[in-house]
Amino acid sequence: MLNNSTHRNEPAAAPVVPPAAIRLRPLSPNIQIYRPQLTSVLSIANRITGVISSIGTVALVAWLAAAALGPTAYSGFQGEIASVPGQVILAGFTFAFFLHLCAGIRHLVWDTVHGFELRTIYISGWAVVFASILLTVLAWAISLFVIT
Amino acid sequence: MRDRTTRTALARAIGLGSAKSGVEHWWAERISAVALVPLSLWLVASLIAHSRNGYAELIGWLKTPATAILMVLLLIASFHHTATGIRVIIEDYVHSSWRFAAVALLQLLSTAVAVVGIVAILKIFFAG
Repeated sequence: MLNNSTHRNEPAAAPVVPPAAIRLRPLSPNIQIYRPQLTSVLSIANRITGVISSIGTVALVAWLAAAALGPTAYSGFQGEIASVPGQVILAGFTFAFFLHLCAGIRHLVWDTVHGFELRTIYISGWAVVFASILLTVLAWAISLFVIT
Repeated sequence: MRDRTTRTALARAIGLGSAKSGVEHWWAERISAVALVPLSLWLVASLIAHSRNGYAELIGWLKTPATAILMVLLLIASFHHTATGIRVIIEDYVHSSWRFAAVALLQLLSTAVAVVGIVAILKIFFAG
């Protein structure tokens, strides 16, 4: 009990507040108040890339279903992927996947109660940014220039 | 004598407090995340390796037991992770009664899409 009454059954000497004022309790500032920081941007990016990766998984199932339906359906699907919009979407999925993977690994490390020093948070944050860019470029470079 | 608790008598009476099932959800999201680290890297590496292959070569690869097993595991982990992850986003941003509908729809859809993918893999594996 958070009142100062000594006896439990005695009503608390709280001021009478109209119900409307109770509902208008102060809120913590919303996200648009703050200047974007690496930490907050990566937190939101992890969510957005997670949603994009989920859509990518649905695309993977569509691709598998096309392969199961037969060569005609599969070549139709492959034609869509090979088109310019298809390649741009695939590149977007690749980057979203790698960012969500790297940010997810950072989260799993945090779950072990490690890496919460402010300096470490920023080092791991920039590591996520650069690793996901590097892995995306590497994946596409191998796909375009190494695989024949 | 005063209670040695910060909870109010009313809160205790109506049993509010922890939802009592949050840990299970949190744990499921982490387990699927850990499984997806090797599985998703395997998928991306395989898709790159097979990117120039035709239909027959792709089916040949999908027909190997290792590929079928890893693909089914990947789909189960992916859609479990999707269902738990997007549920958190829905619960953070949908405050109306649509929340229940959105979570239910998410779970139905993620299960349905996962089953479509698994059946596709099994069809290729057993029939070709």
